Amino acid sequence: MKNNKKSKFGKYGGQFVPEVLMPALYELEESYKKYKEDPQFNAELHDYRSNFAGRPTPLYHARRLSKKYGITIYLKREDLVHGGAHKLNNTIGQTLLAKYMGKKRIIAETGAGQHGTAAAMAASSIGIPSEIYMGAKDIKRQQMNVYRMKLLGAKVHTVTSGSQTLKDAINEAMRDWATNVETTFYVLGSIVGPHPYPAMVHDFQSIIGNETKAQILEKEGRLPDSIIACTGGGSNAMGIFHPFLNEDVELYAIEAGGSGLKTTKTAALHSASLCVGEDGVLHGARTKILQDKYGQILESSSIAPGLDYAGVGPELSRLVDCGRVIADNIQDFEALEAFHELSQLEGIIPALESSHAVAYLKKADDLGDLVIINVSGRGDKDLSTVMDMQI
Amino acid sequence: MKHIADAFKHDKALIAYICAGDPVPDATTQIVHALIRAGADLIELGLPFSDPIADGPTIQAASQRSLRAGMNPDLFFDLVKTLPQTVPYAVMTYYNLIFHRGIMTFAKDCRNHGIGGIIVPDLPPEEADELQEACKKYNLDLIHFIAPTTTPERIERIIQSSSGFIYLVARLGVTGAREALEDRTKSLIQRVHTDIPKAVGFGISNPQQAKEIINAGADGVIVGSAIVDIIARNTDDINKAIKEIETLTRKLKEGITE
Repeated sequence: MKNNKKSKFGKYGGQFVPEVLMPALYELEESYKKYKEDPQFNAELHDYRSNFAGRPTPLYHARRLSKKYGITIYLKREDLVHGGAHKLNNTIGQTLLAKYMGKKRIIAETGAGQHGTAAAMAASSIGIPSEIYMGAKDIKRQQMNVYRMKLLGAKVHTVTSGSQTLKDAINEAMRDWATNVETTFYVLGSIVGPHPYPAMVHDFQSIIGNETKAQILEKEGRLPDSIIACTGGGSNAMGIFHPFLNEDVELYAIEAGGSGLKTTKTAALHSASLCVGEDGVLHGARTKILQDKYGQILESSSIAPGLDYAGVGPELSRLVDCGRVIADNIQDFEALEAFHELSQLEGIIPALESSHAVAYLKKADDLGDLVIINVSGRGDKDLSTVMDMQI
Repeated sequence: MKHIADAFKHDKALIAYICAGDPVPDATTQIVHALIRAGADLIELGLPFSDPIADGPTIQAASQRSLRAGMNPDLFFDLVKTLPQTVPYAVMTYYNLIFHRGIMTFAKDCRNHGIGGIIVPDLPPEEADELQEACKKYNLDLIHFIAPTTTPERIERIIQSSSGFIYLVARLGVTGAREALEDRTKSLIQRVHTDIPKAVGFGISNPQQAKEIINAGADGVIVGSAIVDIIARNTDDINKAIKEIETLTRKLKEGITE
C-alpha cells in the first residue's frame, strides 16, 4: 500500500497506529478538511476564541526586561488565555470538530493537567462529556489540576502502567480510542501523534503566530529578529513560528535540559529530544525521540511537567534538521531563575515551561535587537513546586 | 526453519502467544516446549516494548516483567535460536524496536534465528513498504491486520499485500481475554475473502470461543492473554504455570479440531 505523502514532514510523521484506528484517522482527515472551510464552523470557532478563550492575547512590551538585556523584548501573552495557557486554542478547535463530526464523547491525555483542563473546559462549554487520562505520578504532584478537571465535569482516569506519566497517559488514551473509536474523538494535546494531528494542532495553534505578526508590525513596523518558545511536544512553538517560517526571523525551540543532558539505563535526566534524541517511532509518528540502545523509550525528566516528554512533534524534527529552527535547552535551575526574574521585573508569573523560553535570553549569544518570547502559560500552577524547592 | 504457511497445511491452526522472557528468559524455552507438546501449531513470540499501545493490561504487565528481567532484542534472538524447529515462529513487536535495530538487520536476524514471520501491531500497510521489502529479501511473511473497522476497500488492499496468514482482530480495542464473542467477529471472518489463511485473535480465551471462530470460517485462532494470565498468576512457580498452560492449550486444540 502506498505511503500517504501528505502525512509526512520530510522523513518524519506518518501514521504508525494499529489497523483499528486507520479508518478513524482517514475520517478525521476528511472531516477536518471539510469543516476547516465551513463558514458555520469557523464562525463558531471565532466566537469561542474571542468570547470564551479571550483572544486576541496582547503582545506586551516588557520594558524592564528589555532594559536589563539591552534589547527590545515583547511577550506574547498566552498566559492570559482562559485556563492559563495556550492549550485551549487547540482543545476548542478539536472539541468543536468532534461536535460537528457527531462524536458522543471526547478523551484526552494530560501530563501536568493543563491540556486536560483545557479539554475539560472546551468539552463542558461545547456540551460533550470528557474523560481525561493522567499518569498516577502526575496525579500525585498535580492535585489542584485534577480537582479543576473534575470540577469542570471531566472524568479523570488514573494511569498506572509504565512510568505513570504523560507518555503512558497517551498510550492509555490511544487504547481507549481503539476500543471506542466509533463514538469517541481523541483530543490530542500537542503537534505529536499520527497524521493528521500534527498538522491539525499546528493549524489551531497558528493563531498565536498570526496575531503576533500583525501586532509586532503594528507596534514596531517590522518583524522581530528572533522568536523564542519552549518546546515539549512543540505546540506553542509551532503555533508562534508558523507564520514566520518564510520570513527572515530566527526561531528558537527551547527544550527542557532537566538536570543535564545525561541518561541512566532507563531514564533521561532531561526532555531534550530535538537536541539529543534519535530518529524513532513513538505514538504514531516518526520523529526524534529519547530511547535506549535497543529502541526502548526512556523516561524523560523536567521541572516543567508540560515539557516532560520523550518525543517531539515531527514537523519540528524536520525544521531542526534542515536548519530552519534552532534547538537548544535550558536546565531546571536556569528556568527557575527566569521564573523569578520575570515575576519580579515584569509582574508576570510565567509557567515553568515558559520560563525555559525566558531563560534563553541569558544563555543566547545574539538574538538581535527585537525579540519575541512566547509566554505559553501562567505559573500559578507551579507555585507549590517552586515553594517546595525553596524550603 | 518452518514457514508460517506450514502451520495451516494440515488442519486448523492454534497460534499461541507468549511474551519472550516472561517472567524470566529461562522460562520461555520450557513454556514453548509445553505449548508444542500440547499441540500449538505456531508460536507467536512477543519481543517486549516499553510502550505497547495495542496491548491490554495482561500483556503490558508481561512486557514489564520481561523487560525488568533483562530481555532485549539481542537476548531475544539468542533465545529463539535454541527453540525446537518443529513449529514455525513469528515475532510480535512494535515498530520502533525494528526501526532502531535497522529494518534489514532485523529481518536478517529473524531469518538467521528461525523466525518465519513478523507481526507489528503499530505498522499499518501504508507505512510497511520498507519492512515488506526486507521480508521479501529474507523470505519472511509480514503479517497484516484486518480490524472490525477496516473498510471493504482496505480489506482488498490488505489481502493483496499479505502472506503467511492474515490477522483478524476479533473486536475493537486492545489485547486481553474476554468471556464472550461479538457477533461482528463472525461477520468480519465472513467479510474477508481470500485463500490466505485467516487467523483470529484479541479476546479469545477458551475452547468454546475457539470452536465458534473456526466454525465461522477462520483457519486459525490466536490465544495470548489467556496463556499470559497463567504465567502472571504463577510467576513464583513456573512448573505450575507450565502444567496449566499445557492443559489450556490441549483444550484449545481440541476445541478447534473436529
